[in-house]
Order: sequence, then C-alpha cells, then structure tokens
Amino acid sequence: MTSNQFMFLLFSAVIVIFSILTVTTRRILRAATFLLFVLVSTAGLYFLLQYNFLAAIQLTLYAGGIVVLIIFSILLTSHIAEKLPAAGLMKKWPAALVSLIGAALCIVVILQYNFPGSVGSTERVNVRLIGESLINYGRYGYALPFEVISILLIAAMIGAIVLAKKRKD
Amino acid sequence: MFEGVPLSWFLILSTVMFFVGVYGFLVRKNLITMLMSIELILNSVCINFVAFNKILYPEHMEGMFFTIFIIAVAAAEASVAIAIIINIYRRIVNIDVEKMDEMKY
Repeated sequence: MTSNQFMFLLFSAVIVIFSILTVTTRRILRAATFLLFVLVSTAGLYFLLQYNFLAAIQLTLYAGGIVVLIIFSILLTSHIAEKLPAAGLMKKWPAALVSLIGAALCIVVILQYNFPGSVGSTERVNVRLIGESLINYGRYGYALPFEVISILLIAAMIGAIVLAKKRKD
Repeated sequence: MFEGVPLSWFLILSTVMFFVGVYGFLVRKNLITMLMSIELILNSVCINFVAFNKILYPEHMEGMFFTIFIIAVAAAEASVAIAIIINIYRRIVNIDVEKMDEMKY
C-alpha cells in the first residue's frame, strides 16, 4: 500500500464516519462539529490531489465561514443541552431504504464502468494561472461565471440583510 | 489512477457521502440540520468534480473552477437560509419544518 492510498483511506474513513454521525446524532451542536470534521478532511483530500488553492478555499470558506455561521444560528435558535427528538421508525426506514438502494445502484454502475487511467502530467496548478483564467474571456476563460457569481453574492448579501433586519411593525 | 488511488475509490466515497446527506435531509426535522445535510451533498459533488479533473484531465482546470463556484454558491445559500431561519424563529419560536404551516392553506 502506497502512502497516497493510506492517506486516501484515512481521510475517507473520517469522512464516512463523521458524515454518518452528522445526520444521526441527536445533539445539534455536535452535528455541526462533526460536519466541521468532514469538511476539514475533504480539504485534506484536495491537498492530496495537489490542489492547494482549492484546499485553502475549502478551509477558509467552508470550515471557517459556513460552519461558524451554522454554529451561530444554532446558538441563537436552540438551547445547548437540548436533544432533538428521535425520528420515528416510519420515517427512518423508508429514508434508509431509499439511500441504501440509491448508493448500491450508483456503486454497481461505478464498479462496472472501466475508467481510463491518467494520461497527462501531474504538474501543480499555480495561483497566477487561476487568476488569469478567472478574468480571461477567451477559450478556457471563466469571466462570465465569475461575474455571475459576483452578482449572486451581492444579491445574497442584500437579501440576507433585508431578511434578518428588524421590522418596525 | 492517481499514483495508486483509482478514480472509482473517489467516486464510491462521494456516492456514500451524497446518500448519507440524502438520508439526513429526509429524516431530520430541524431546519439547521437539514441545511447541514445539503452541505454534505454539495461537498460530495465537489469531490467528484475535483477527482474527475485531476485523474482524467490533469492538463485542464474545469473541475477546479466549478468547485470554486459551487463553494461560492454554497456560501450564498447558507447565508440566505440562515437569515430566513432566524426570521422564522422570531415569528414562531421554533424551527421544526412540521410546525411551519402558516402559509399552507
């Protein structure tokens, strides 16, 4: 077993175990902490694949931003020691059945398909190239999605402020 | 094959993560835990994009850019969703989906 395989198995074990714990634990703050573990080990996978910039984005935006936002809203809306009510069996079994059948189908299809091996070189992506592609509007340029994302972020920001503002009734 | 790790391992990992997220979305009743399940689903999609990009087309960067855009969309979605959740909490002091039937009829 190579070191890459070992690190991949380690990260994927952490991801699988803690994502299952995220959706099954009954304490909501613990669910947020387990989600943080899942996101951090996903960043580890990106580091393993040599996408350093992407892993940094994952760490700062997901693990640093979204999880903190979720934890704040948990603290605003529920008591820390409060336990969520357990889901009923009539709800649990159909959901588990649906997910198990879906996962089994997808895994069977993946295992049957014969993926070609890697062909190109495995050089690292440098940040200069990323920046130039983001503002390039020619071939392999991403100026249009970049602008669309900017408008989306402004709209989300204004929407969040307007929604959470206190109304004078 | 990425130096010993085949592509199918990444795909199986993201499949498992995706369906764990689907299970959580179907079972949970609290709005914030449902939001967390959606984050799991988005994250598994990101792993798929990145693995396909690195292993099949290492000379291009499409998967990486789409992952960056997915992360930006997830951040926007989480901020708006949490603003809505806090607004609902102010109104009915509860964030269970089953108690939100004010606009239903």
